[in-house]
Amino acid sequence: MNIYVLVKRTFDTEEKLVISNGKIQEDGAEFIINPYDEYAIEEAITVRDAHGGEVTVITIGGEEAEKQLRTALAMGADKAVLINTEDDLEEMDQYTTAYILAEYLKDKDADLILAGNVAIDGGSGQVGPRVADLLGINYVTTITDLQIEGTAVKIVRDIEGDAEELETSLPLLVTAQQGLNEPRYPSLPGIMKAKKKPLEEVEIDDLDIEEDDVEPKTETLEIYMPPKKAAGRILEGDLSTQVSDLVGLLRNEAKVI
Amino acid sequence: MSKKVLVLAETREGALRNVSFEAIAAAKQIAGGGEVVAVLLGDSVSEFGAELVNYGADRVITVEHPHLKSYTSDGYGQAFMAVIEQESPEGIVFGHTAVGKDLSPKIASKLQAGLVSDVTAIEGEGDGAVFVRPIYSGKAFEKKTIKEGITFVTIRPNNIAPLAREERSGDVSSLSVDITNLRTIIRNVVRKSAEGVDLSEAKVIVAGGRGVKSADGFAPLQELANLLGGAVGASRGACDADYVDYSLQIGQTGKVVTPDLYIAAGISGAIQHLAGMSNSKVIVAINKDPEANIFKVADYGIVGDLFEVVPMLTEEFRKVM
Repeated sequence: MNIYVLVKRTFDTEEKLVISNGKIQEDGAEFIINPYDEYAIEEAITVRDAHGGEVTVITIGGEEAEKQLRTALAMGADKAVLINTEDDLEEMDQYTTAYILAEYLKDKDADLILAGNVAIDGGSGQVGPRVADLLGINYVTTITDLQIEGTAVKIVRDIEGDAEELETSLPLLVTAQQGLNEPRYPSLPGIMKAKKKPLEEVEIDDLDIEEDDVEPKTETLEIYMPPKKAAGRILEGDLSTQVSDLVGLLRNEAKVI
Repeated sequence: MSKKVLVLAETREGALRNVSFEAIAAAKQIAGGGEVVAVLLGDSVSEFGAELVNYGADRVITVEHPHLKSYTSDGYGQAFMAVIEQESPEGIVFGHTAVGKDLSPKIASKLQAGLVSDVTAIEGEGDGAVFVRPIYSGKAFEKKTIKEGITFVTIRPNNIAPLAREERSGDVSSLSVDITNLRTIIRNVVRKSAEGVDLSEAKVIVAGGRGVKSADGFAPLQELANLLGGAVGASRGACDADYVDYSLQIGQTGKVVTPDLYIAAGISGAIQHLAGMSNSKVIVAINKDPEANIFKVADYGIVGDLFEVVPMLTEEFRKVM
């Protein structure tokens, strides 16, 4: 089976966020594989181990994204592709990203493409379904279980807390929801092997893309931190006083009940 | 320039969703004096048309087909594209719901359009509309515009106020669409969310963490949530420990919620959890540990044992409600 995983390098949101000159400060920050993409990588490896084939992880970004690709290879992916846009594209949005990924994937005959259902930085959740639409294949988002037999696929997906059971077939793009699996940690031998696995680097020029084709459709005007909340109030007195005070405050001061 | 804006209205368990009324209000703002047309897709939905007009839609178009009984991206995609073809809108608003999140990128792709997802506020109107959305799990915000083509956004439930309901009149028409080649067949939906209150739309959330100690420990939280017409949520710790299903998880991985009132019981307040709830309007923290991080984001805090405090709170609310 020919399996691809779309991976994004993201800012570790456990980190403190600092904005200066209207940009998120990245210096010295930790970067990780988007956590939802880790579920996608794990599932891809599991599917390959059960059905044979090859797992290729792809990302779009600069040189520094090589680290996340090596991590995915160390987990067990077979090949990696870095679509390096560093020198060519100033601005990107989900339209751009999906366009580039689909251009890369269009002649690859993927049976199964996996991605995270959302990236924890931008949080749009658009790229997976957009890529599927551009490739003309079906997609299922926020999946929590995947069973493949031949080309028949059984899936459970999360729909706002409920579990939807459905059937579809390959070729297919799915996006991973938490609960799909437990992503493995790269083992030491895995890390050693990853160093020798193929990591291909392509640029926009290598693909059939004109720069005009990938002009973003949206524009970010400003990035800012939410206003700081005033310090909260710890209630005092015996517990029953505190409880009745709280109910009073919620009704009369905060007016939420 | 005023715009014609389409709104995808959604129903859940036989009723229109609140987010659809919010989407109409958002569409009005984007329309800048133009027309707002609500779209209802399903096997039998025309009865809901009039209510969408009461909430501000100028017109309603229904597409009814047996294949639209359950949502599939193919079925809904074909139906919605047929409406777009008939109406040639300049704007589209979806709720950022399971359906909206799944369908909007497909429609945007077909239109070769930009899409601003998960909008929590709109500034300005018409062509000047600017969209505010959280990034980095709510730790920062960005303001976005759409540079060219159709103005397409999804709005986060519970953030944009709906218009006041009033009896209004407007045309409700139906469009017949041929829906074919569904590549997905829905077999079954297993309901896991309790009491029918959807976490993402709940006005009140009572959430428990590791401090709840067991699945049974969630019973007093559920009781309080029921009384307040809210939903129960949980931290990752409580989900990892199997006290509740992952579908209730609030946080960076899990759901992002913005209720009017968030009551955190036995939750320490890890960054991972705060990312999912810190934009709630009012936060109450109940925790034994006075040093717990959750108190830093709380508006009101009670230092105490949740198993004592939560039942007392339920009693107190019962007295006054």
